[in-house]
Amino acid sequence: MSWGARAFLGVVALIVAAPVVVLAGISVNREKALYFPPRGFSLDWFGQLFTEPAWRDALMTSLTVAAGAAAVAVALALPLAYACWRWSLRGGGLLYLLGLAPFILPPVVSAVGFLSFWARLGVWGELWTAVLSHGVFLVTLPLVTVTLGLRSIDRHVVEAAETMGANEVTLARTIVLPLVVPYMISGAAFAFVLSLNEYIIAFMTIGFTHETLPVKIFNSLRYGYTPTMGAAAVVFIGLAVVVFGLIGRFGDLPKLMGAVTRRTD
Amino acid sequence: MSARSAAPGYALAFGPTLGLGLLFLVPFGIMGVTSVALRNPRGFYAPGFTLDHYERFLSPFFGRILLDSVLICGLAALISVMIAFPTTWLVTRLSRRAQVVFLVAVLAVLSLSEVIVGFAWSKLLSRSEGVSNILVMLGLMAEPAAWTPGFAAVVAALSYATLPYAALVLYPTLSRIDPEVTEAAETLGASPVRTFAEIVVPMARAPIAACLIMAFVFTLGAYAIPNLLGSGNPVRWTITVHITDQAFQQSNLPFAAAMAILLLIVTLGLIWVTQRWLGGGR
Repeated sequence: MSWGARAFLGVVALIVAAPVVVLAGISVNREKALYFPPRGFSLDWFGQLFTEPAWRDALMTSLTVAAGAAAVAVALALPLAYACWRWSLRGGGLLYLLGLAPFILPPVVSAVGFLSFWARLGVWGELWTAVLSHGVFLVTLPLVTVTLGLRSIDRHVVEAAETMGANEVTLARTIVLPLVVPYMISGAAFAFVLSLNEYIIAFMTIGFTHETLPVKIFNSLRYGYTPTMGAAAVVFIGLAVVVFGLIGRFGDLPKLMGAVTRRTD
Repeated sequence: MSARSAAPGYALAFGPTLGLGLLFLVPFGIMGVTSVALRNPRGFYAPGFTLDHYERFLSPFFGRILLDSVLICGLAALISVMIAFPTTWLVTRLSRRAQVVFLVAVLAVLSLSEVIVGFAWSKLLSRSEGVSNILVMLGLMAEPAAWTPGFAAVVAALSYATLPYAALVLYPTLSRIDPEVTEAAETLGASPVRTFAEIVVPMARAPIAACLIMAFVFTLGAYAIPNLLGSGNPVRWTITVHITDQAFQQSNLPFAAAMAILLLIVTLGLIWVTQRWLGGGR
């Protein structure tokens, strides 16, 4: 690769890293102020995230919503993807589109939709409404990964099992599910991480009753700066890198992201 | 295979379809109903029917908001695609290992909360702690400047936020371009830059268009960034900031719903145009 190309990639990497560097710097200030470069060094703010009730509650709310949302998303996506793949349903394309739609539309539109919906049902502000809202919003991710996994199953294996007399349940349990579990896990992981970081839907559904971490950070930008905001951001970035790093380490990330040809290194 | 009944398939798909219909389509229907309801300053809405909220779209104030939104988001989409395209192209020419590292970084930035991106950029562009201090140290500027809040700050942060989405939309196409194609051009004496401009870019025309639209839609729906980095003057807010402001601060959920529906229609229209345009182009 040429010199110019390397320099270009270097500059892009620098720009992409800059905000992360700033956040990391802010999170280690000694005083309760957002200096950058940091003045003094302290890791107390990371501790605060887990000890100060307001931040700990926000962290727990975020983790609860994200775990629930990932479960809801997979529970919706798996049977849908499976049915469309196994039985080539009429209208399957339309169903698939219904699963893609939440992620394609601007989240603020869905957020107002959820707000109107839950408000009308009289349950606005309940924690579980955010779980369901995020689950539906992020259903696209497991739907795409699971569909990709199903399509990569060799049809001959399925036919062999049928010839040997396996019924639908046996086929699903012994052949198909074990092969798509990795795709299911990546789909759930994607949904989990994105739910953790999602702001507008979380804000409009439960922002006034339960703060998620992004909502808490946003509110702190208005009322009371603290380096804990930086610490929370760093923890979330670290979590994302770990999750996607694991998928990259144990899964086939280029394939999940749509590359087909594999060049040998 | 053909003798197999599809009944179990429909049975299996029934649950998720019902779930998605109930939790995704019904909310949109209710949003539509809410958008023609009356305003209730002490609650979300009051029952009734009015088209007043839609009528407000015709005011010059609202026209200004739309124009600004389109300008900000269009610019951000353009910048992000202009950075994402060459970057993704160069990375797809690297080893598989390098590509995995790239994808992990892209996904990590993609999942970054918009709030976190806005917060970080407000620091990066501030007078006291921002990059202008580095430029002063390097002797490129006389004194540090505050670049936030303002138009440029919103555009910069939005471009950053949509960069990973743009990269992911371009990645499949670019990674499939056979190295032999560009090697052929370079064997014939074309410089890498010329190969890029005259071979690679035209080959990816469709994904570039899709990418621009997607980045535009994404930035149009951003809330925290324009809120944190934009000016405090409502005239300069993007439509999404207004939607949120109306829903809560102004206690006018019906008007917020009407604006969300407008945004929905614009988005669907854009997607439809891209599909048709790209579908017809092949």
